[in-house]
Amino acid sequence: MTDTTTHTLLNEHTREEIDHWLAKYPADKKRSAVLAALSATQHQNQGFLTTELMDAVADYLSLPKIQVYEVATFYSMYETKPVGRHNVAICTNISCMLMGSDSVVSYIEKKLGCKVGESTADGRIYLKPEEECLAACAAGPMMQVNHVYHEKLTPQKIDEILDGLE
Amino acid sequence: MSDTITLTINGQEIQAKPGQMLIDVADENNISIPRFCYHKKLSVAANCRMCLVEVEKALKPMPACATPVNAGMVIRTRSTKALSAQKSTMEFLLINHPLDCPICDQGGECELQDVAMGFGGDISQYTEQKRVVCDKNIGPLIATDLTRCILCTRCVRFGEEIAGLPELGATGRGEYTQIGTYIEKAVSSELSGNVIDLCPVGALTAKPSRYTSRPWELIQHATVAAHDCVGSNLYVHTRNQQVMRVVPRDNEQINEAWIADRERFSYSSLEHASRQLKPMLREKGKLKEIDWETAINLALEKLQAAANQKGDLAALISPQCTLEEHYLLQKLVRGLGSNNIDHRLRQIDFSVQDYTPVMPWLGRSIESLDTLNSALLIGGNLRLEQPILNHRLRKAVVHNGATISSISTLTGQYNYDLTEDLAGSAEQMLHELASVLVALATASKTEPGKDLSELLDKVKAKKEHNAIAKSLLKGEQSAVIVGVQAVSHPQYGLLMQLAETIAGMSQSSLGYLSESANSAGACLAGALPHRTATGSTSERAGQNSSEILTAKHRVLVTMGVDPELDISNETSLQQLADNNDFIIAISSFGNAFNAAHADLILPLATYLESSGTFVNVEGFWQSFKGCAKAAGESRQGWKILTTLAQLLLPGDAIDYADSTAVRNELKEQCRNLTLDNFVSIQSGQNKLPTRPRALQKISSTAIYAVDAMVRNSAALQATVNMRDAGCLRMSSEQAEKLSLSTGSKVHVKQGEGTAILPLLIDDNVPAGCVWMPTGLESVKNLSTLFGSVDVEKV
Repeated sequence: MTDTTTHTLLNEHTREEIDHWLAKYPADKKRSAVLAALSATQHQNQGFLTTELMDAVADYLSLPKIQVYEVATFYSMYETKPVGRHNVAICTNISCMLMGSDSVVSYIEKKLGCKVGESTADGRIYLKPEEECLAACAAGPMMQVNHVYHEKLTPQKIDEILDGLE
Repeated sequence: MSDTITLTINGQEIQAKPGQMLIDVADENNISIPRFCYHKKLSVAANCRMCLVEVEKALKPMPACATPVNAGMVIRTRSTKALSAQKSTMEFLLINHPLDCPICDQGGECELQDVAMGFGGDISQYTEQKRVVCDKNIGPLIATDLTRCILCTRCVRFGEEIAGLPELGATGRGEYTQIGTYIEKAVSSELSGNVIDLCPVGALTAKPSRYTSRPWELIQHATVAAHDCVGSNLYVHTRNQQVMRVVPRDNEQINEAWIADRERFSYSSLEHASRQLKPMLREKGKLKEIDWETAINLALEKLQAAANQKGDLAALISPQCTLEEHYLLQKLVRGLGSNNIDHRLRQIDFSVQDYTPVMPWLGRSIESLDTLNSALLIGGNLRLEQPILNHRLRKAVVHNGATISSISTLTGQYNYDLTEDLAGSAEQMLHELASVLVALATASKTEPGKDLSELLDKVKAKKEHNAIAKSLLKGEQSAVIVGVQAVSHPQYGLLMQLAETIAGMSQSSLGYLSESANSAGACLAGALPHRTATGSTSERAGQNSSEILTAKHRVLVTMGVDPELDISNETSLQQLADNNDFIIAISSFGNAFNAAHADLILPLATYLESSGTFVNVEGFWQSFKGCAKAAGESRQGWKILTTLAQLLLPGDAIDYADSTAVRNELKEQCRNLTLDNFVSIQSGQNKLPTRPRALQKISSTAIYAVDAMVRNSAALQATVNMRDAGCLRMSSEQAEKLSLSTGSKVHVKQGEGTAILPLLIDDNVPAGCVWMPTGLESVKNLSTLFGSVDVEKV
C-alpha cells in the first residue's frame, strides 16, 4: 500500500492523534503507539476496525501488518467486525452482578431486540459481550456507553440513556 | 566478574558462564530438560512452561529457558517438584490437542508425542469440549492443521527474527488465540519452509510430502544443497530409494539450522514428466529411443571424428554439475585436442579472464558475515540468490549494527535497512562505483592507482557515495561483495576492477558470489577455456561460452544445460543448432532445445541420484553419495564421462573405481592452492560508458528459475514468489510516460528477441529502466540481463 492510500484512509484528525502519541516515544519505537493509533482509527470509523484500516495503521507506523492484527484481535476494546455505532458495555462482574446486572442485561436485550455481542438491526447500538470489571463497584450496576460511565442503573435511567443515543 | 561460575544440577557440579540460560547450560552437559517453545536460534518466549525445574530457594519451579544461571545455584530437573510441574504443564498442553496422531505427518517424530511419553501422565482429567481451529491456506509449501497447535510461537518468532518478514502471528486472546496470517495470505519468505522443522507438533507440515510417508519408513542421507553457491547441508529422506522430503542438516559454518525453500522443495522435480529417462538418437529428424551401448558407441565415433579434425569440438557444462563431472569433461575435451569448454553460461564479458582469481570466492568465511561492521553489495539480490548469506548479513545488521549498502538494479529488495540503496542500469552501476572510489580517495587521502586516474578524472562523489565510503572505512570488519547479477554485466571486467579497487582502498575483504552449487569447483576443475585444472593456464586458450555459441564445430557437447533458459547470450539457438554438425546433450531433463536440435541425448542422473562433490563459495569441498535411485536409465555423469574417456583416451590410463577417486586426483593437484581474490585486475578501460538514453533492461534470474530442478518443481512454481516473477516491472512515472498501467500486456523487444509480458508497476525500478526476469520460458528470447529495449503496449 502506498502512502497516498494511507492518507485517504486515515483522516486528518486520526493522523494528528497518532502523531501526538508518536511524539511521546523514541523515533525507532513507533510500535509503542499502536494501541493509541488503533483507538483513534476505530473512533474515526464509528466503532470498528477493518482490515484496510489496520493495514493503514501498519503502514503509518511502519509495522508489519500482522503485528497490528495481533494487537487489534487481542484487546477487547477493539472491534474487528462491523458493529453498531454506539458501544454499550454492561458490567457483569461480581459487584454489579450482586446489584442486579443480570436483570439490566435482560432488560436491555429485550428493549433493543438483540443479544449481548450483537448490534441492533438499525446499526445504532452494539452490546459488548462479557465486559470485565470497570472499577465502579461502589455504584453498581453500571454500564459504559461510548467511554462514559453510567452508574446505579434503573430501567428509567437506562431508557433515558439509550433513547438519547442517535 | 570471573569468567566461569559453578552451579549444581542434579547433584553434579557444573561450570558455566554467568548469565547463560539454564537450559543452555543443561544442554551443554547432556542433561535433558523437556521444552517446546525454546529454540537455540530464537529468542526466549518462556510461554510453554514445559521446561520448569526446581531451583533451590526459589518458591516456584522456574522455566529453565528464561532463568539465567548464578554462582552456587542448586537445580534439580528430576525432583518431585520439577517432575510434577512438568507433568501438570503437559496435561494442560494436551487439553486442546487432538488425538489424531495416527493421521498426523508429525507422528513418530513429534516433540509433543515424545515429551508426553517421557513426562506426561497416563490419563487426562479434562472431559470438556476441545478447541477447534480452522486451517488456513498459507501457500503451496506449508500445510496447516492449527487445531494441533500448542501456541509455542516458534513460527512467529522465526518470521520476526530470522526471515525478517513477520507474516505469521498469534491473533486473538486466551483460548481464542490462534496462529495464522489473519487475512487469507500465502507466506512469501524465501526461508518459509523452516517453520515446518521448527513446529514441535504437526500444526505446520510440508504440503508437497503430506500424507506420503511415515518418519519410521524413511532412510536419512546426508547431502548438500545445489541451487546456490552456499552449499547448505541437507538430509534427504528416502523410502524405497525415492526421495520423500528434504530437511536441513545443522552446520554452524554454513547454514546453521536453516535452508532456503528452494533446497527443501526442489526434489519433487526428480519425478517430473520431463525427466530424460532413456538415451535418444535423432534419425530422419525424429528422436527415437536407443540403448546405452549404441548411444555410447555413437558418441565415441563422433567424438573421435572431431578429435581427428584437430579437436573440432566444444562443450558447455552447467555450473550445477559436480566437481567430478567438470573435471572429467574438461579432461575429455582437452584429451581430444580442444580447449573449448566453459561453465560460465551467463557471462558476457570475458575481457579480463586471464586476470581473474583461480577460484573467485567469498573472500572470508560464511560464518564471519555475522560479525561484519559494514558491507557493500554490488550487482545482485542476495535475498533471492543466496538466502542463507543474506540471513547472515541480516544478523550483522540486527545484532551487530552493521551498515550495509547496495549498488544494484532495484531498490528496496532487502529485509533489513540499507545504509545506501542505489540502483540503475548497467552503466549507472559503474558510475556509482566510480563515485564511491572518488569518495574513498577523498576520505582516506589515498589514490586509487594510475590505471584508473583517467577514468575517474571528472567523476564526482555525492552524499550517498561519501556515506558508503565512510561506512567501509569505519568498519573494522568490512566486505565488498560482488553478486551473481554482476557476472552478466556487459562490462564485468571494469566492474571487477572497480570492486577490487574499492575493497583494496577500504581494506575490506573482496568476495565474488557465483551462480550455482559448483561454480567455484568448476574453476578448480578447469571447466574453462583458458585454464586447466587447478587454474593452470592452458597451452592455448579455447573458445569461451560466447564464442562457443557462435563458432562452428563438428561436435558440441552440452552437460546439464538447457540452452534456452540457462544461457545468457544474444546468439539465436537456431544458429547454435546450425553451427554444430552433431550435438550430444547429456541431460537430466528434456527441454525444447534438445527436442528440436540435439542429435544424441544421454540421460543424466541428478545430483541427488549421483555421488559427487560441490565446492561452495567459501571453498569447502563437500562430497555426497547418491540418495535416490536414478530415474529410468539415467546414469551418473562421472560414470558416463569415465566410460567415454577410457575408450577415447587410452594413453591416459583412466581408471576410476568411484567418484571419490576422481575427486582425490584433483584434490591432490589442488593441495598447494591458496585462494586470493586480489589479483590486480586491469580492464584497460580509461573511460566510463556513457549513460544510454534508450530504455534499459535490468534483470536477474527469477528465484525459482535458476536450474532445471527448480524449474520443474511444481510446488516452488506455485509459490507467491513466482506469481509476479514473470511480470515486466517499471516505475509509475515510466508507466505514465508510456500510458501503461498494472496488468497491461506489453511487447518488449531487445535486439532480435521479443516477448509479451504483463506489466507490474513497481517503484523500486529506477528511472529509465524496466525490470524483467531471466530464466523463464516467457523471456527465453531475451536472455541477456542488460541492454536497450523497446517497450510498447500490445
